[in-house]
Amino acid sequence: MTFLSNVAGLWNYWAVITLMMIGLYIMISRGNLVKKLMGMNIFQVSVIMLYVSMGKVAGGTPPILIEGAEDVAYSNPLPHVLMLTAIVVGVATTAVGLALVVRVKEAYGTVEEDEVVAIDQATDREEAAAARAAEAAHGEGA
Amino acid sequence: MNEVLLSVMLPLCGAVLVAVTGRNANLRDAMTVVTSLVTFAVVASIAPQVMDGARPSAEVLQVLPGVSLAFRIEPLGMLFGLVASSLWIVTSIYAFGYMRGHHEANQTRFFVCFAIAISAALGIAFSANLFTLFLFYEAMTFSTYPLVTHHGTPEAKRAGRVYLGILVTTSVAFLLFAVLWTYSLVGHLEFRSGGILSGHIEGTALAILLGLFAFGLGKAALMPFHRWLPAAMVAPTPVSALLHAVAVVKAGVFSMVKILVYVFGIDFLHDSGASVWLMYLAAASILIASVRAIAMENLKARLAYSTISQLSYITLGAALATSSAVLGAGMHIAMHAVGKITLFFCAGAIYVAAHKSEISQLDGLGRRMPITFAAFFLGSLSIIGVPPTGGAWSKWYLALGAAEGHQLVFVFVLMLSSLLSIAYLMPIVVRGFFRPSPEGEEGGMQEASLAMVVPLSITAVGSVALFLFAPQLRELLLPVVGG
Amino acid sequence: MSEHFPALQVLLPVLTAPLCLLLRHPTLVRVLSLAVTVGCLGISLALMEQAREVGTVVYEFGNWPRPLGIEYAVDTTNAFVLVIVSMIAAVVLPIGCRNSQVPEGREYLFYSAFLLCFGGLLGVAITGDVFNIFVFLEISSLATYILIAMGRDRRAIMAAYSYLIVGTIGATFLLIGIGLLYQMTGTLNIADLAVRLEDVKETRTVIVAFAFAMVGISIKLAVLPLHHWLPNAYTHAPPVVSAFLSATATKVAYYLMLRFIYTILGAGFVFDVLQFDVILTPLSLAAMFIGSLAAIYQTDFKRLLAYSSIAQIGYMTLGLSLNSELGAAAGIVHLFNHALMKGGLFLVAGCVLLRVGSTAIVDMRGLGSRMPLTASALVIAGLGMIGVPGTVGFVSKWALVSAALDQQAWQITVLILLSSLLALVYVWRLIEVMYLTEAPEGAERREAPPLYLIPTWILVLASVYFGFNTESTLGVARAAAHQLLGGAG
Repeated sequence: MTFLSNVAGLWNYWAVITLMMIGLYIMISRGNLVKKLMGMNIFQVSVIMLYVSMGKVAGGTPPILIEGAEDVAYSNPLPHVLMLTAIVVGVATTAVGLALVVRVKEAYGTVEEDEVVAIDQATDREEAAAARAAEAAHGEGA
Repeated sequence: MNEVLLSVMLPLCGAVLVAVTGRNANLRDAMTVVTSLVTFAVVASIAPQVMDGARPSAEVLQVLPGVSLAFRIEPLGMLFGLVASSLWIVTSIYAFGYMRGHHEANQTRFFVCFAIAISAALGIAFSANLFTLFLFYEAMTFSTYPLVTHHGTPEAKRAGRVYLGILVTTSVAFLLFAVLWTYSLVGHLEFRSGGILSGHIEGTALAILLGLFAFGLGKAALMPFHRWLPAAMVAPTPVSALLHAVAVVKAGVFSMVKILVYVFGIDFLHDSGASVWLMYLAAASILIASVRAIAMENLKARLAYSTISQLSYITLGAALATSSAVLGAGMHIAMHAVGKITLFFCAGAIYVAAHKSEISQLDGLGRRMPITFAAFFLGSLSIIGVPPTGGAWSKWYLALGAAEGHQLVFVFVLMLSSLLSIAYLMPIVVRGFFRPSPEGEEGGMQEASLAMVVPLSITAVGSVALFLFAPQLRELLLPVVGG
Repeated sequence: MSEHFPALQVLLPVLTAPLCLLLRHPTLVRVLSLAVTVGCLGISLALMEQAREVGTVVYEFGNWPRPLGIEYAVDTTNAFVLVIVSMIAAVVLPIGCRNSQVPEGREYLFYSAFLLCFGGLLGVAITGDVFNIFVFLEISSLATYILIAMGRDRRAIMAAYSYLIVGTIGATFLLIGIGLLYQMTGTLNIADLAVRLEDVKETRTVIVAFAFAMVGISIKLAVLPLHHWLPNAYTHAPPVVSAFLSATATKVAYYLMLRFIYTILGAGFVFDVLQFDVILTPLSLAAMFIGSLAAIYQTDFKRLLAYSSIAQIGYMTLGLSLNSELGAAAGIVHLFNHALMKGGLFLVAGCVLLRVGSTAIVDMRGLGSRMPLTASALVIAGLGMIGVPGTVGFVSKWALVSAALDQQAWQITVLILLSSLLALVYVWRLIEVMYLTEAPEGAERREAPPLYLIPTWILVLASVYFGFNTESTLGVARAAAHQLLGGAG
């Protein structure tokens, strides 16, 4: 019974958690920078759902004031409002992220993370080699 | 302006003046001399007040609750201040001769750092609390680093690493720990007659705290933290003089005596017996370093090990914690300073005039450099502790103190170490005067320049004069032990 | 006027940012943003003054009373953070966006981003509403990603992207934590949360909320295992941005940690029930050693500074994990002290980058004679990092070790002192390179321009001044910690 009520009674949380994990998994496992951003979006959406579902009051009506009526249970509107802001933040983040991806494509010619990392590592190695060469040249001079 | 502050600030102002006038070598050196003379005059003018029992003091600012940057001159600090400021004059004159005779580069940086180191030495001497002492102790480490690495060669760089590594590591890992521990125990860090720790700590913890202080003062070159001193030999000779006689090691042992007397309190130490292990360690340091000194072929290295051994005399005196021993330790700061600076001046003069640094090369050199070798002889006598030189008195008081504390074994250690010091110093004089010169190196007088010979003669005479002034020194230091 | 200071503190930079976009004129924008940062510094100092007088300055937006409306609440702790943030902004901003990819004529974009970042950080620090914290955190983070991407190297873009991904995860975690807290209490107001949480503290939801919030904040703060974004971001960002971020962004995250632990959940719950220190202490110690050791092996000056930042963050969280007033005070005072030192050092890196063209350590050979003022600034700030007495680093070390000794935590004391010796190694490596090795052939002797040197030296000299005058730093930090732990306000 406990198990059933955990699964069925908390189904909204399960949905949230599932979405969240899908999002996180995409962010971690995908090498494509655009796909990572998509994963990030799914991840953020799961949180939006978490908030929205917690605003629901059992048996509550939409939170629009009914004149004269008493004993009406309204759903909590505040989480929805909060999520308006969070959506804006999410859109802005995605926009900045996509802009960066465009810049990455311009600078590296690819949007695959492993290729970018390989190019960066090659640069790092060149710099380190140059540094060692400079040091060695100096050591001989001294 | 308060004369206490003035005396600490003056060398700093001197450093600025030297830096500003750096382009004109003569003007720059004149600045150093003038500053050192004025500084000595100011310090000397404070001395009579301290002799009369006054304790001039100055508080600059409160840094943390119960911790302030403050100065207070008590007899021991007065003595160290006098030693440092007077020897600064002769050392700078000597340094002009050495640096110019040797065409060293970066002389301005050298004299700037030198002046800062002297300021730090006076700050340590006059400090009123552990915080001020620690501040200037670290300032001295960092200001002498450019002096040790003066030549900028890979060898100098290595020496600099050892120097800084040991001194900073010990001061941060042990000394700062000890200072903070003291602060958390007592709630303030003032130096007070009779100590401040009594009643706050006992047993093993006390011995550990003492150990943290003793090893934390890496400048006192207590074994096993002595390696920096021989390593620093790569520096120019005036630096060695500064390290060994004027400021650095003296700052170490002076701090040791000051902390043992004014933080622990000699009665507390003596009654608790917490310092017994330190006595044995110091004695071991004395003997091991002396034996090592005999084995050293390089003249400066031999003198370096001699310094390590002599410094432990002072640590031993402070650890014995009897009136006469502390008196002897205090006097030995002055006696050893004057004696050892003479020896280093001579080593530098030999290096500049004859380009010799190994003892085996000195055969017959005494006949060509009679003044230098005569001075070396007098300095050696003082280090060995033979009358009529100052060293005789301090050793006498140290031995007396050991006897007072019923630690006769240390009387024996002192005697043995005197014999050892004869063994490592006298052969140099004997070679110089009595061995025949190597082929092709005969000839007339070949002394170093006057700027070097005069200072070394002054300090040689000084080590004899201190024999006569010992009663005054004793009178100055008596209040330290509550006499 | 002065009663509106809390609102102005945030509104001023946030509203000036779009204004800059509209004005576009380079000089006008520069003067305007500089005026705004200086104005904010003045406001934050005034707020500090007010907070010291009345305890907590409360500003209710639209006069809606708590918990209905959004309120700004300034006590000594966040007033101190506000002062740090606006002080650093005012000092570093005059340098502007030189040494970055920003094309000529479009500097206004840099200034808008900077002001947004600045305003966001101030907002996080000042607000008394947890959801507001999230919003401001994201405002500042988004601006931060843009600023980092302005670095000269193309690696800056990738660094910004990685930070964006990690930073968003962090902020979202914080959002989840806030949501769960809201679910349990029905309030978002910090003061109100603290009261209402009393009854429901030991529920699983609150514990999970705490965990999410702490992980989120730790990402922003770069606590050891979550620090990977930091070295790349600081290394490749323009020097002014690195200086500003290292001195402010992590500090604000640290403030959030303090706020969540002490004000919202209470030290008793966090440390005694959840035993958070069992996690935080080892992580802090590990950060101190791993960060410093990594710094020793770096070949790039800015990357070295970045790793040293990770170590320094370890000192701050260690102060927090000691769970005492002295410990919190040590952490808070280190916020200020580290901002001065590390800000100064990153500006030195800026000077080096400008004249030498790289911040590789081998390229800094002979800097002592090539750029004497820059090199000596590095020496003084470096001595501060080591913790030499007479510098702010010593004050921090003193405060932290005193706090550890006060708790009889001997092992921690020893470890703090030993780890501070590692700073000696990496600072001295730089000093040897600058002073004891010859300059490479053909290197010109050319000092950085005053525009760079003056801000650098302001920070460096301040790091000495506040090494002696500790009343306005350690004194205030102790008062702040007292207020924070005493539950007043």
